[in-house]
Amino acid sequence: MSSTATGSTDTLTPVLTSGWADERSWTLDAYARRGGYAALDKAFAMGPDAVIEAVKDSGLRGRGGAGFPTGMKWSFIPQDNPNPKYLVVNADESEPGTCKDIPLMMASPHTLVEGVILSSFAIRAHTAFIYIRGEVLHVIRRVQAAVAAAYAAGHLGRDIHGSGYDLDVVVHAGAGAYICGEETALLEGLEGRRGQPRLRPPFPAVAGLYASPTVINNVESISSVPSIIANGAEWFSSMGTEKSKGFGIFSLSGHVQRPGQYEAPLGITLRQLIDLAGGIREGHELKFWTPGGSSTPLLTAEHLDVPLDFEGVGAAGSMLGTRALQLFDETVCVVRAVLRWTEFYKHESCGKCTPCREGTWWLVQTLARLEKGQGSEADLDLLLDQCDNILGRSFCALGDGATSPISSSIKYFREEYLAHLTHGGCPFDPAASTAWSDRTVGATA
Amino acid sequence: MTLQQDRTGQEVDRTDLVSLTIDGVQVSVPKDTLVIRAAEQAGIQVPRFCDHPLLAPVGACRQCLVDVPDAGNGRGFPKPQASCTLPVAEGMVVNTQATSAVADKAQQGVMEFLLINHPLDCPVCDKGGECPLQNQAMSNGRGESRFAASGGIKRTYPKPINISAQVLLDRERCVLCARCTRFSEQIAGDPFIALVERGALQQVGIYEKEPFESYFSGNTIQICPVGALTSAEYRFRSRPFDLVSTPAVAEHDACGSAIRVDHRRGKVMRRLAGNDPEVNEEWITDKDRFAFHYAQQADRLTYPQVRDTDGSLRPASWPEAFAVAARGLAEAGAVGVLPGGRLTAEDAYAYSVFARVSLGTNDVDFRARPLSAEEADFLASEVVLTGPWDGAVTYADLEAARTVVLLGLEPEDEAGAIFLRLRKASGRGTRVLSVAPFSSRGLRKMNGVLVPAAPGTEAQAIEALAEHSEHGLDKDTVLLVGERLATSPGALTAAAALARRTGARLAWVPRRAGDRGAVEAGCLPTLLPGGRPVADAAARVDAATTWGVDSLPEAPGRDADQIVAALVSGELGGVVVGGVDPDDTADPAATRAALRAARFVVALEVRETDVTREADVVFPVAPVSDKAGTFLTWEGRPRPFDAVFTNPASLPDLRVLAGIAEELAVLGRGRPLGFRTVADVRARMEELGGWDGERPAPRAELVASTATASDGMVLATWKQMLDLGSMQDGDAALRATARMPVARVSATTYDAVGPTVTITGDRGSVTLPAEITDDLVDGVVWVPANSFGDGVLAGLASPGSRVSVKGAGR
Repeated sequence: MSSTATGSTDTLTPVLTSGWADERSWTLDAYARRGGYAALDKAFAMGPDAVIEAVKDSGLRGRGGAGFPTGMKWSFIPQDNPNPKYLVVNADESEPGTCKDIPLMMASPHTLVEGVILSSFAIRAHTAFIYIRGEVLHVIRRVQAAVAAAYAAGHLGRDIHGSGYDLDVVVHAGAGAYICGEETALLEGLEGRRGQPRLRPPFPAVAGLYASPTVINNVESISSVPSIIANGAEWFSSMGTEKSKGFGIFSLSGHVQRPGQYEAPLGITLRQLIDLAGGIREGHELKFWTPGGSSTPLLTAEHLDVPLDFEGVGAAGSMLGTRALQLFDETVCVVRAVLRWTEFYKHESCGKCTPCREGTWWLVQTLARLEKGQGSEADLDLLLDQCDNILGRSFCALGDGATSPISSSIKYFREEYLAHLTHGGCPFDPAASTAWSDRTVGATA
Repeated sequence: MTLQQDRTGQEVDRTDLVSLTIDGVQVSVPKDTLVIRAAEQAGIQVPRFCDHPLLAPVGACRQCLVDVPDAGNGRGFPKPQASCTLPVAEGMVVNTQATSAVADKAQQGVMEFLLINHPLDCPVCDKGGECPLQNQAMSNGRGESRFAASGGIKRTYPKPINISAQVLLDRERCVLCARCTRFSEQIAGDPFIALVERGALQQVGIYEKEPFESYFSGNTIQICPVGALTSAEYRFRSRPFDLVSTPAVAEHDACGSAIRVDHRRGKVMRRLAGNDPEVNEEWITDKDRFAFHYAQQADRLTYPQVRDTDGSLRPASWPEAFAVAARGLAEAGAVGVLPGGRLTAEDAYAYSVFARVSLGTNDVDFRARPLSAEEADFLASEVVLTGPWDGAVTYADLEAARTVVLLGLEPEDEAGAIFLRLRKASGRGTRVLSVAPFSSRGLRKMNGVLVPAAPGTEAQAIEALAEHSEHGLDKDTVLLVGERLATSPGALTAAAALARRTGARLAWVPRRAGDRGAVEAGCLPTLLPGGRPVADAAARVDAATTWGVDSLPEAPGRDADQIVAALVSGELGGVVVGGVDPDDTADPAATRAALRAARFVVALEVRETDVTREADVVFPVAPVSDKAGTFLTWEGRPRPFDAVFTNPASLPDLRVLAGIAEELAVLGRGRPLGFRTVADVRARMEELGGWDGERPAPRAELVASTATASDGMVLATWKQMLDLGSMQDGDAALRATARMPVARVSATTYDAVGPTVTITGDRGSVTLPAEITDDLVDGVVWVPANSFGDGVLAGLASPGSRVSVKGAGR
């Protein structure tokens, strides 16, 4: 937790995470003590267009990975469309390594709810949906409870705070598909259909949920709105880098002393974050890491000083993504890690398009053989060619993401792949990468 | 396919064209055209699987990826684009596999992926030889499998599984293009198949609790780009390259759907939908597709027969049969003619001329079903001599109409191509109203509105339509009048009056392929060929002159019911019967009695029937596959076709009638008809042409409804598309997909009688499962007309009459 992190904590900017260590931080009372729901009256006084303008000025970019400017997305909603407008919050956090929305909703669900109200008000929506990953029942319950509390307190429902503005919020539980994190597949799921991405155009801003104008934003994006309204766009844009304004939650996991959520301005480096987290696992060193979940190409120790903003990570050949920093030390076999991720993509491919559906099926088989030391060096080129035939050929970004770990790992660790072939199997001891690796094998506690 | 058409079927204004460059070729296409179709205009075939011009774009298979270096705005797409989902833009530059290495590699890559899980069973696959996957794997794929070479393991499934009794699914072969599921949802509206599971395990699935019951399921097989969907009927029967294909016209309804008959060594192996954008687009009903074995049944007549002295039928030569028939007819006294409704226009013309010239009578009526004099008047004043050439309603008009009103017509059962066109139209804003006793499944699929009417009360309901301003009937309205309306007194007159009052356009939709042609040919007691009224002296002279006779009988003839009655009473001594099943007629028992009472019966049939068994001379006539001919669609559109086979075992009806006429002429009756072949008849028909004199005036007054209150419930009925009809004989898999016969009752009735009902009418009784139908008009019970026993007319009661409905076992 950021608030308990030691070291140079002044580089941290706890905003979303600031109250997480409070007593019963998730309750309405605790949120109110932190000044919660105060931004509503301010926004109602500003009017919807001014709220959109403020979010535009803040430079907030989507926190779900793609980094599309949030204010601009809102301004795409055609206000002359007679259909109702909808806000949909994408809380289908399923990316391997990504774990920021779920703790946020657990620790401070009202931040999200307040953000939903502000955002819906801005786009003139009177119904908002929070689509939560179905597997995290505890989170669903917590957000449901928060929404109920907000209704009871008059923050939701009819004539909110006497402003004349009405809003209903529906908490929707997904049915367990990674693809539903893709916004149009999410809409399909929300409408009761199979989760498969839709053809675009029409874009959701024009014809989204129930063929009506719809804004779909990530939990963290929406949750950032209350602080922007409360403190001003300038306050927000004073943080971060030139094109990646503000702060974000950096989720450190893996071989690091203190894994957890570190909220910091965009542009912070992994080196700084590892320092904050007490360093890499004792006696080990960083081998490779993902900047934003498994769908973002791997980086290595040579990228420790890459500024973690959209531009910096992009320039390093990867993507900022969801700032899901999975750290792997030298005990980890990259082939093994990549195979596990690829198995995930194969399992989660929705099946709609050929490259992703068939490609992931094949990638797993090729990788599995390589991990066992079977095949030949030519198989690496085959893998890269398969990736080339998937990347940019698939219907949605799931297929693209599936190729990222493979092509980046071959780029940085080609020798390690070859070592499997010469070694006749994996040269690594899988136990060495575990948390209990310092204990003798076979010893009892 | 390449030219976009607007809703009225007109080519769009040329000023709407968008110019783009594809592989260096400049093409101009209407805006909103998809790149894949613009490429076709430039002669470039981009490989594709999920794309289908009549289905909404989906972009799933990714086979049609092309490189777009300029989207028309000076910027290119960084990645290859699916040409099946990308609309053209002015100035766009597209490079397909022909000129772009990127596009070519993308396509090769997708093809390789498609093949990794596809079985190598082409040698035993029905699709082998006509398979888009096979063909495009050759043109856009690699010769050797890297997947197999690298030790890849294919996904396997047990195969095949039944989706219905007719349609089988081989999941291994499926490339998941979703054409079948999209067809079912978007076109037929029977979404009982859907994709289930995900990833490479995604597959076409069914809902176990609901059978895949669709009258159009065969289309999914035809549009399947691989051999994943096959039919029980055709599976493993032949190889496409062994088949000879002949274009033809479907004979099962009045829609005139274009079909392709694939045959081998004198046998039809299968039938496919033809592509006729103006008629059936690319779809046909399962009946049109699968019901053709009737002509190959063991009871097919293959030689003429005459009644021997011992009373049995014995084989005879054609000349003998002609002579015996002529002699018998000449001696029988007055003769009536019942040609039936399945004739080609040419054969119908032959019956019409034969009756007038050789038999000297107007006692000819093609209507082998419940009919009325009002209907004959309606056909003479409203239907005959209309067609697309003079602005009569067409399929395209159905699509363009603001409102379509169905009167006594259930298109899903009775005219499948109309149903599909109306369903398409309803999705684009056309409103469908139906004057019927309840909302049928077909009507619900068209989001139609029911105008409830019990059988017999249609006239009042039709009259009331004009009063309802919310229906907004005007010149953009089409009234489709079904033949069943003939049984409801005043209804046809009311429909014609409604059309005149509102400016709505009217079309008559019969059930059988030959009905419309028979009207034009004058197979009616009041009409000569070409719409010439029998009552009009000038019209008679016109026809008589052409036929080379001095005069024609002046008195209007007997209609089919009157012919039956006159045979029973002895006023008529002989009868010439075409394809008529007594059980289809208004009074089956009377028809059978008439055949027995007749002194001389000549039957022209394809197969042995109750009529041929009663006949004195039996002529084997050709089924549609063995003769050329023309069907007129309900629109009046001629649909000529050639013979598929040359088969000496039977002759067209017209040749048989010509032969009898020649023998009659020898006996001093009439004169030879002046034709022996289909080509001759076409020339004669051309020569005679249509009547340009005055048409009979429409009936001004409504025929008063004779409905009187009595006990019991009113019987509503029509034939379902798939039932016990003899032209579906021999197609067990098809018949197994027919809807289960049920008695439709209101909830109130159901509560009173329970789940199984016994319905009793004046001709018999039947026990059926009851099904609640929410909006069924009170006091009405509906049963399918030919789905049990000998059918409703023979075994229950006549439509619109009173029946008693009781709970079975109560």
